[in-house]
Amino acid sequence: MTSAAALLARDSFVELDARGRIRALFDGGRFRELIDPFERVTSPWLLRQGVVTQSDDGVVVAKGEIEGQPAVILAIEGAFQGGSLGEVGGAKIAGALELAVQDNERGIPTRALILFETGGVRLQEANLGLAAIAEIHSAIVDLRRHQPVIGIVAGTVGCFGGMSIAAGLCSYLVVTREARLGLNGPQVIEQEAGIAEYDSRDRPFIWSFTGGEQRARTGLVDAFVGDDCQALRDAVIALLVRGRPEVERSDAYDHYLDRLSRYDPVRQVTPEIVRQVYERGEGT
Amino acid sequence: MEKHQFQYTAGAPAAGRAVVGVVGSGDLEVLLEPAPAGLTTVRITTSVDGYGKVWQAQLDRVFKGTTVGPGGPAVALEINDFGATPGVVGMRIAQVFGALGADAGAVS
Repeated sequence: MTSAAALLARDSFVELDARGRIRALFDGGRFRELIDPFERVTSPWLLRQGVVTQSDDGVVVAKGEIEGQPAVILAIEGAFQGGSLGEVGGAKIAGALELAVQDNERGIPTRALILFETGGVRLQEANLGLAAIAEIHSAIVDLRRHQPVIGIVAGTVGCFGGMSIAAGLCSYLVVTREARLGLNGPQVIEQEAGIAEYDSRDRPFIWSFTGGEQRARTGLVDAFVGDDCQALRDAVIALLVRGRPEVERSDAYDHYLDRLSRYDPVRQVTPEIVRQVYERGEGT
Repeated sequence: MEKHQFQYTAGAPAAGRAVVGVVGSGDLEVLLEPAPAGLTTVRITTSVDGYGKVWQAQLDRVFKGTTVGPGGPAVALEINDFGATPGVVGMRIAQVFGALGADAGAVS
């Protein structure tokens, strides 16, 4: 599986920047950007704090087609400020999702894909970033009444904080082995719980709880794919063909609360126990 | 954070625009747009202070040397830098001029 030949043959998705990922997902790599970098809608807050801005504020909004049907892809650039969401980037995502809702109300079946590569809110923009993330949440819930909203967490930043809630609201989630998905990032947990409880530098340990494979085995994501552009695109197309789920994952909270209520926190949790809890409701 | 600006002799206006790179650790973003014939301008915002002479030397190499040269297209370059080395700066500038000829996808 991971022979040298297989590694050389694959076309890595994780290594691509936001625009490269968009190009890999749309039909023929063709797309049109909304609020492109040359419009220079950058963060008004970072410069005042002595931080260099990026011309698209780390969010690329692109319209194109997937299998001949209209779609919008919202890609977060994880390398810029850890993929953090501020006022501008957040508004770009929320606004694009709201436009997709309008499309659907007019009979244009625009679907949305969100490429999560984010630590959550941009701390330098505080409440404005939080407000934008709340708007993203409500826009996802609005759009998924019309079309499935697909989230992709490819890695290596992963998806944390308020944006992990956005990921949880998506109709479907696609992850790779490099992905991580969790409410609090490893360093935050270490800071709060202590290094004896959670060592953020212990990569195998971190991935064993929040990594893509574990999230797939606990049923919290819908597709676990290799790091390959074609595999990602195929997974997205398969989920689009499936259409809206009968029950959105975030509406199945009774099921998850029941599972979690059976876990006895007196016992130190392990990745295996987490899988048992989610798979069978056992683990006490 | 520091800002620099440089000017170079250039040829005819560039045929299009392009963007490459990310404002990420050790990297930079370069936006290229056409400028009136004869003059190329480079505006830099960098997170690293005190390297004006290094920027000057590296850009001289690009716009007075063979990478682009004084006969190259006239452009307005905007650079947003997050601690890239001179080598990375040179490669990103070469890449953005390369992207001018290729299909830049989004940024048409």
